[in-house]
Order: sequence, then C-alpha cells, then structure tokens
Amino acid sequence: MIPELGEFALILAMLLAALQAFFGIMGPALRRDRWMAAVTPAVSGQFVMVATSMGCLITSFINNDFSVKYVAENSNSSLPLFYRVAALWGAHSGSLILWIFLLALWSIAAAIGTSRLPKPFASRVIGVLGVISFGFLLYTLATSNPFLRLDPPWPDGESLNPVLQDPGLAAHPPVLYTGYVGLAVAFAFAGAAMLEGRLDREWARWTRPWTTAAWAFLSCGIALGSWWAYYTLGWGGFWFWDPVENASFMPWLMATALIHSLAVTEKRGLFKSWTLLLAVLAFSLSLVGTFLVRSGVLVSVHSFAASPGRGTFILAFLIVMIGSALALYAWRAPLLKSEAGFELTARESFLLFNNILLVTACATVFAGTIAPLIAGPLGIGKLSVGPPYFNPTFLLSILPLLALLSVGIHAGWKRGNLGRRARILLLAFIAAAVIGCGVVFGFFTGGRVLSPVGVALGVWIILSSLIDPIDRLRRHISIPRAVLGMTLAHIGLGIFVISITSVEAFTAERDVALSAGGIAQLGAYQFQFQGVKPIEGADYSGVAGTVILKHNGALVDVMHPQKREYWVQHTVTTHSAIYMYRVSNVLVALGQDLGDGRWSLRLQVRPLVTFIWLAAFIMAAGGMLAISDRRYRLEREPAAALTPAALAAVPAVTRSEAG
Amino acid sequence: MRRLPIRFILPLVLFGLLVVVLAIGIKNSPEKDIIPSPLIGKPAPTFSLPSLTDPGQKVTSAQLRGHWYLFNVWGTWCISCRMEQAMLLRIKQTGLIPLVGLDWRDDPSVARSYLKHEGDPYQTIAVDQDGMEAIMWGVYGAPETFLVNPAGIVVYKYIGPITERAWERDILPRLPLTSEPAATSSS
Amino acid sequence: MRAGYLLIAALMASLLLAASAAYAIAPTQMPTPQLEARYLRLIRGFRCMQCQDESLADSPVDLAADMRRDIRDMLLAGKTDQQIRDFMVSRYGYFILFKPPFVWKTAWLWLTPGAVLLVGVIVALTIIRKRAALAATDPQDDDLVDT
Repeated sequence: MIPELGEFALILAMLLAALQAFFGIMGPALRRDRWMAAVTPAVSGQFVMVATSMGCLITSFINNDFSVKYVAENSNSSLPLFYRVAALWGAHSGSLILWIFLLALWSIAAAIGTSRLPKPFASRVIGVLGVISFGFLLYTLATSNPFLRLDPPWPDGESLNPVLQDPGLAAHPPVLYTGYVGLAVAFAFAGAAMLEGRLDREWARWTRPWTTAAWAFLSCGIALGSWWAYYTLGWGGFWFWDPVENASFMPWLMATALIHSLAVTEKRGLFKSWTLLLAVLAFSLSLVGTFLVRSGVLVSVHSFAASPGRGTFILAFLIVMIGSALALYAWRAPLLKSEAGFELTARESFLLFNNILLVTACATVFAGTIAPLIAGPLGIGKLSVGPPYFNPTFLLSILPLLALLSVGIHAGWKRGNLGRRARILLLAFIAAAVIGCGVVFGFFTGGRVLSPVGVALGVWIILSSLIDPIDRLRRHISIPRAVLGMTLAHIGLGIFVISITSVEAFTAERDVALSAGGIAQLGAYQFQFQGVKPIEGADYSGVAGTVILKHNGALVDVMHPQKREYWVQHTVTTHSAIYMYRVSNVLVALGQDLGDGRWSLRLQVRPLVTFIWLAAFIMAAGGMLAISDRRYRLEREPAAALTPAALAAVPAVTRSEAG
Repeated sequence: MRRLPIRFILPLVLFGLLVVVLAIGIKNSPEKDIIPSPLIGKPAPTFSLPSLTDPGQKVTSAQLRGHWYLFNVWGTWCISCRMEQAMLLRIKQTGLIPLVGLDWRDDPSVARSYLKHEGDPYQTIAVDQDGMEAIMWGVYGAPETFLVNPAGIVVYKYIGPITERAWERDILPRLPLTSEPAATSSS
Repeated sequence: MRAGYLLIAALMASLLLAASAAYAIAPTQMPTPQLEARYLRLIRGFRCMQCQDESLADSPVDLAADMRRDIRDMLLAGKTDQQIRDFMVSRYGYFILFKPPFVWKTAWLWLTPGAVLLVGVIVALTIIRKRAALAATDPQDDDLVDT
C-alpha cells in the first residue's frame, strides 16, 4: 500500500510541476494575474507530494519491505537503521527521488525568497524551476520508478555495498545534490531575466545569494566525497579526476566564475550577457554531469547501473532545457547593453581574467572528461585520461588565477589604483616568497619545482586577504559580512593551495613486508608490526593488525588497520588505520598474508592532508557568511536594519574586536 | 530584422556539437567495456610453450603457421569459460577451424581432468602458468579468442564467451569462403 | 581474485561503486634505489585493465601482479622506460596509459587548454580596450568602495 501511495504522490507531483511551469511562464507572458497567483499553491503542492513520496520510500526501507524491488536490491534486514535510510540514495532511482526532493525544497525557498520581488519576475523564476522539476519527475516515472514491486517478494535484501556503509558517504550525496540542484535557482533567475528581456543590477543582487548558497553546498559536497574516498578506499588518494568527480567539479568551477561575474554586474552593471551565460552554463553542466553519471557512457568508479534508454531520455531533456535556454540567450542577450567603462588595472579587469581562467580550467576538465567518448570514433581505440593529463593542464590556468587574486582584491573599481596598498602588497609577496622557499628548501628538503611556488602563492593569498580587514579594524571601520565572507573564502583557498602543495610534494610512502615484531622506518616515524588477530562485525569478518607508531622513538599511537570480508557481497575491503599526528596524517594499510608469518603493509605520511578538506569547509563558510550580509535582507526587513540600536551596535563591536 | 551577432549564437552551436558527442557516446556505450586490441592486423606473438596434454612436448607458433586457427585463452577457474565450453565443442565438430587453447594461470592437472570430463575442443593446448604469455597477447580477462590467419596475422579478437550468435556473425564471415580442409595435424 | 571477469563486470555494473576497496600492497626489492624509483613511476602510470581508477601499483588482481612482474623483469633486463611503455601499448592499446599520448588524433585534447586560454585572453584584452575608452565618459561614481 505504502509504495503505491508513494508512486501516486509522485504522479501528482509531476502534474503539479506541469501546472507550476505553465502558470509560472504563461501567466506573466499573457498578463494573467490569477495564473500568476496559482504558482505558489502549485509549487507548495508539488513539494508536499514529493516529500510524501520520499517519505513512503523511506518507510519501505525502514520496514524492510522486500517486495519493493529497489529496497530489496539496496537494503538488508541486518543493516542498521541509519544505513537503511541512507540506502535510499544508494543507487540510481532513489537518488533521483532525493534530487527531486531537494529541487522542490529549493523551489519552495525560491518562492519565499522572491515573494517581495516583482510578481511577473518571481512567477517566471518558479515557472522555470517547474519545467526542471517536471522533466526529472517524468524521467523518474518513465525510466527509473523506485516503487516497482517484486512478485514474489524476496525473503531478504541484497544489502548495501559495504564501501557505502559509512557516515561520510551517507552524508555526501545529500550535500552534493543540494549544491548541484541549487544551481537550478540561478538558472531560473537567468531564465526569468531572458523571458523578460531585461536584466539590471538589481537582478544581480537578487541572484547572488542563491548562487553563493549553491556554491557553498557544492564545495562541502565535493569535499565530503573526497574525504570519504581518502579514508575508505584507503590508498591515500583524495582526488582521482574520475569522470564522476569531474562532473561535480565542472559546475563548481562555473559557479565560482558566476559568483565573481555577478559581483561586477551588481556593482557596475557590466558583463550582463556574460553573467547570464554563466548562470545558464553552471546548471547546464550539472545536467550534463547527471547525464555522464547516469547514462553509462563513461567508465567510472562511481557510475550508476545504467541503461541506454535512460541516457537517451536525459539527452532529450538536455536538448530541451539547455537548448532552449541557449536559444533564448542568442535571441535576448544582444539586447543587454552597458555604457560603463573601466581601466586595465581596475577590479573589473581582474575579475574578467578570473572568469577567463576559471572557464579555461573548466574547459580543460571538460575536454579530458569527454575525450574517451570520441576516442573510439576518432579511431584510436580506447583512451584513458588520468592525472598526468589533468594535473599540468589544470595548473596552466589555475596558477595565474592564484597569482592575480592577491592583487585583484586590492584593485579599486573602475580606476584601479592600488594606491598605498601597493607597498604592503609587495611586502606580503616578499614575505610569502621567503616562507615558500624557506618551507620547501629549509624545513623539508627537496620537493618539486612547483612546491615553493605553491606554498608562496598560498601564503600570499592569505596575507593579502588579511590586509583589508586589518586595515578596517585599525581605522574602526565596520567590515560588512559580504567582505568578511569573501576574505574567509579566499583564506580558505590559500590554505587549500598550501595543503595540496604539501601533500603533493612531501608525502612519504613505502610498502613493506613485516613479520610480528618487525620494525620499518619512514621519515622520522617507526612502525612496529605486532601481528594480526581475527575480528568479527555485524556483516563481515576479517583480520586486524596491530602496529605501534613511534615518532623519533617516542610512542605516538597503537594503530589497527583492518581487512574485512563482507559475507553478503563477498567483497574484501581494506580499512586503513589513520592517525593525525601534529599536522600530518599517518596511514597504515594491511595488505596480504605473505606466508611464513609476514604481512605486507603500506605506510604513508601525508603532511597537511586534513587541511585540504578543512579549507573547502572554510571556503563554504565564507560563502554562507557573505549571504548573511545585510544588503541581501534589506528587501524584507528594512526597519530592523536601520534601528538606532543596530547602528550603534556596529561600531561598538568593531571597537571591541580591534582592542 | 537585424542579424544576430555570432558570439551570442556560439554557445548554442557548441552545445549542438556536444549533443552529437553525447549521442555517439550513447550509441557506443554497450561496447564501452570492450577494449579493442592493438594486435589486430599485426603478427600474432611468437611463442614456445609446454603442451598441456603432452607435457614433454612444446607448442610453438611456428607449428601453427600456414592455416587459420582460433587462439582461445581460458582457465578452469574462469566461470565464463565454462559457459562457452559447449560452443567450443560445436565449433570443433564443424571442422571449419582448429582451436588452439592457452591454459592461463591454471593448475595443469586440474585442467587435464576438467577436459577429460567435459570434453576437449582443442587441437593443441599451450600452458601459460605464470601468465606471461597472456600479457604478450594483451589478454585482460578470460575467455578471449583471437582469429589468426595462415600468415600468422591476428584478424579478429572476440572478448567474452563465444556464443552461437558471435560464431555466426563475427567469426564465420571472416573465414575464407572456400574453406580448405582444416589442417588437423600439428605436433 | 580469480574470476571470469565478464561475470564480475556484470556484478560490478549493478553496484554504485564498483571499486574493490581492497588493494595490492606489494613490497618489491629492486637492486638499486634508481631502479626502484623507475619501477614505481612506471607501475603508477599504467592502468589496471580489470579495475577502474586503479593503477598497476594499487590493483589487487592477479593480472596486475603478473604485469608488475613483467615490468620488473624488463627493467632488470635493461629496457628503457619508453621501451616498456611502448611494449605495453603494443599489447593493450593507449587505454593502459593514464597519460594520453600526443598524437595527431589526440592533439586537440592537449591543445584545448592553451587554445581556450589564448582566445580568452585576446577577448578579455579587446573588452578591456573598449571599456577603457568608455571610462572617461562613464558617469558612474569614481569612488566606488565595497560596502
């Protein structure tokens, strides 16, 4: 009964999404106020139905209803409750339900957020979101219905892939999808502007917080996935340039470009058509990513079970959505004009180069991702495109980007005189260069050619970002949250660059064969192997090794790397033991029994690796801080922001922080 | 009407190209797990390996020169190879082309008793216990089957268990029409 | 991990994550540190033919172990890195290399980043020239600050 209810709710949701799209777009076009008034009830109804549907699927998982095919294929009665719920997004159909639910959630948020905006514009935004919802609901019902029954029901389910049974991975898809789907809002704002044929600085101000929010979620989602891969897959890698990883990274690069281009459009009314195009492209890359992941055209670790039918459907959907958006763009964008001017050294120029470099980076990743698709037709058989392609080509555009950032944030709008900032910026650069070379050639010895460059760029970004806030604090000028958020995000980027450089250059790694009592040395660390003992879990058995970790002879930790065999799936997994010692990650992975009591072990020391993910979260936090800025709220609560108490409070806080 | 500037149409054009690429991707996706062999059209590797059935003897590529043969990589541990066993026996019955086996990473005594019970479709079988010969042929799984012509050139490679359909559609048409009586002696 | 790979491939295709999370840890003893370094660099640059995203260095499957042994033997026999790479490509095709070759059919891939960057920079400079000319007549406030 419950699965049928869920399916019925999904069908109703699709019909409501169709109404939402129709009234939302046709209402303003034909100037029918009552049609526009129907948009909010339609989107609310759509949300309730989608939530009901997802609730039904979760209920089936919790109740171990193995008459539902999707539940039987992805859950098991021995699975803990937490993973039974998380199993919902463990495979293709259920993850689509999650996607649709999040889209409905964003749509509701957008409906509330745009309630103070001009009615026709708000109506069009929700209408465009309705088109996307409709497409995904139709896709799910037509090709990937998760409510299909089994007759007879299975006695028990096949269970969830053991590598997915992990809190990090359970959280990864919802966060990532929130970001992915959130870009739909920016897309809808662009769609509404194009349907209206009008785009002004106000539009940019409305669009900014939505873009930044989606970007922040996307950052966290990618970081969670990378973190999970690092500690679950256990070979110390955190980014493989896998097609599916790229599918989430390309929209992130575009969204980053969009955030910066929106800043120019809001401030100066410039780059209007370019900003519009980026807003369309960012979400389009989300959709293309969905296609690449779910159509089965590419070989990937993460790809879902796919069938060509599903691929054909998404391709048709891509053609309708992206094709019509770009056609609309070709028609409307030429109308957008601006008379504003700026000098070569102005902030606008820096942000323009920021965009060019980010788009180049995105094009690089894109070329590498789709190259295997056309290698066959080009007659070179099958092609692998791995890190040896992506790393150098990506750096080609990212290194100049990092270098320009430190200067760009101090360039003034329009005229771009660095003024008195030039000297302190130069000082910061010298300090960064000294630190970069010092760390690389002094503290560690060796490293690669680019490592001093990486460290120096990272340090320079951090120092340069701090100049403005410190300056404002000293002069008792309040710092708007938007500026603070930007500063935080840039500092996060600086930390990110330093930690990536450190991991790439200073990771020490060694495979050893040890018998009980044997000691291996790696850098300043000693690893003493104490043998293995059997372990038993809820749905697996295996062995755990004992390794005593010492640093320069002093005991640090006792580590227990595991090797598990899951019974239901007959899968062997390696669980590295990871210990955070100072700023380094020490990893020990258990290999195989080499006979005569010896085991193979992989030992790794990765300095600063944890800071890679920390940095991503700092960037996301910066984004969230920027969204909370007053100027995005003035629309709704003009009274609150201008009370004398609020005005008095600001300098007081600033003063106390400075003191 | 004013002509639209090219730069605003360019995104649509590029998207059109992308759609073509993605459509090609969909069309080729059923074959995406098949890695084409670079050996096609090139001479088959030369080898000299112990014979499974007659451990004292060698199976060499020189003996195989001068007639068509199917070079079939298999192992008793390989489930898919057991699936194609019946088809291989049928091919042997047709007498159109001899099968040369490469017993890959296997225990020869297990392989011998397996063939005794299940039937032996091969004319000769070379033993590749350490897996080095399979690498020479670019084998990445089992079963894999190579069609080699009298000049010793690899004409075709079939990946996976040979089915009736594969035999009729992919292998038979590549054999010469006027099939000379297949050579039956080798060692 | 011996199995008919087609069956395994079918099984794997039904899983969200086809990665076997186990991986090979194979300590080797090459006679010199230089050879050991070359060996490690080589096996990290080859893709495991039966797995995804795994290099020969990490793959736990038997075939990968055989290939590592083959590479070690070739190194000990005095082959150069390029000869070993050419041998692998002659047997398995370009697919085995994580680094796509630079041949004329893949040139577009290697040239895309530079070409996009070049076009982008030219476009940016054109825009800036046009806008710089407008800066003098632009009525918007000269003293724009972040608020």
